[in-house]
Amino acid sequence: MTAGAVQRTKAVTRWVGLAALVTTGLTVWLGLWVTPPAKVQGTLARLLYIHPPIAWVALYCAFGVAALSSLLYLWRRTRSLFWDRLGASAVEVGVIFTALTLVTGSLWGRPTWGVWWTWTARLTSTALLLVLFLGYLALRRVPAAPEVRARRSAVAALVAFVDVPIVSFSVDWWQTLHQRGTVLNPGLTLKVHGSMAWTMGLGFLAMTLVFVWMVMVRYRIEALADQVGDEELEISLSERWAEGDGPAPAPPRVPEPAGGGR
Amino acid sequence: MWRDALLVASKDVRIELRSRVALWQVLPFAVLVLVLFGFALGPGPATLRSAAPGLYWLAVLFSTVLATQRSVAIESGEGTRDGLRLSGIDPGGVFLGKAAAVALQLVAVQVLLGAGLVVLFGVRLEAWWLALVASVLATIGLSAAGVLYGALSAGLRVRETLLPLLVLPIVAPVLIAGSRAWSAAVSGAVGPGTSWLKILGPFAAVYVAVGIGLYGPLQETS
Repeated sequence: MTAGAVQRTKAVTRWVGLAALVTTGLTVWLGLWVTPPAKVQGTLARLLYIHPPIAWVALYCAFGVAALSSLLYLWRRTRSLFWDRLGASAVEVGVIFTALTLVTGSLWGRPTWGVWWTWTARLTSTALLLVLFLGYLALRRVPAAPEVRARRSAVAALVAFVDVPIVSFSVDWWQTLHQRGTVLNPGLTLKVHGSMAWTMGLGFLAMTLVFVWMVMVRYRIEALADQVGDEELEISLSERWAEGDGPAPAPPRVPEPAGGGR
Repeated sequence: MWRDALLVASKDVRIELRSRVALWQVLPFAVLVLVLFGFALGPGPATLRSAAPGLYWLAVLFSTVLATQRSVAIESGEGTRDGLRLSGIDPGGVFLGKAAAVALQLVAVQVLLGAGLVVLFGVRLEAWWLALVASVLATIGLSAAGVLYGALSAGLRVRETLLPLLVLPIVAPVLIAGSRAWSAAVSGAVGPGTSWLKILGPFAAVYVAVGIGLYGPLQETS
């Protein structure tokens, strides 16, 4: 990437971050102070302003982006490490959001259902999804050449993604056949209107912006880490050459890491 | 592709027949799991009988991990992976062959486990054909998913710890559908039982197809 492009990307990242901060702040303000407590659930319904948006980001944005970029990486004509880094960043952020989905859902479930956890289809398949993508992250942490790792990760992400509908189907059936009649999800049948609807919409926007911002930052970290790895290799190579050649020639000038640390 | 698959499968099976790893390690392990579950649940026959289908499938899942690890291990020494890649054998064929060899071992495991259920847990299958169809479909799915992930983790030093983490969540639907189908087969409720085949069948088909498609790119790595 040219220096200009790097600067531009950094500026965009900063603006997205700012927008995420503002919208999140607004959601918190509207959600905690402006909106009235709900009729049935009281103040508990305020979790509605963040829980569905977080789940939306985790289940659709993050893993959708991850699957798409893995596919684009594996397809020869669009193969580039860009897609690999994008997919990895999306999964990493997605795993955090999935965990947050479970945590916020649990916080809401305890007072509403009386338990932290119930084996409903939705909860179970979300938990399985979390474990699936933790496996992806574990695979990524195994040291390998960037291309090897990229291909491996792309395949793993796709294989995991193919599993998602099967998992949700089977868990759905398992749940309905196993413990019929305990499906209760008042959160989804709750009537939302007026300022509450606005706040919830804002929550969706805020969480999506947070997601975009986190992925952008994570992408840059990934790119910089690759770059530093390459430079370290160059430096140690030149040092080894110097050992063999007697008087050491000047090591090749290493370019400044673009956009890093400044 | 099919001829290549047969070649690879017969190679793997021949290695297995000579090394007897499945016979002396995987099969005893599967039985051990059953016995340990028995200890954990206590000797009440009613509890054991109702838990038996789930335990059976858990034991099969663990055995799948072991069999898959073994299947990868026989390709890891002395550049055998390169040999296989250079032999001009179709990657889809390699995948199918290795999956078939794993499937064969899983069949042996399941025969033994089924006998274990009857002897140790006092289970009687009312609809044995349902259990049989479920097992066949699940075996295809398990061995395909297992070999696919085995290839993914091949050549990694952390393979032993990574593979279970990758494979087990993926095959969770098989555990669910397999256990439910077997429960139905034990209780004789064939109607709801057969609907679980609608998960086992597509699972097997999807992972065989994905494996044939993606095994090539995976073989090129590392």
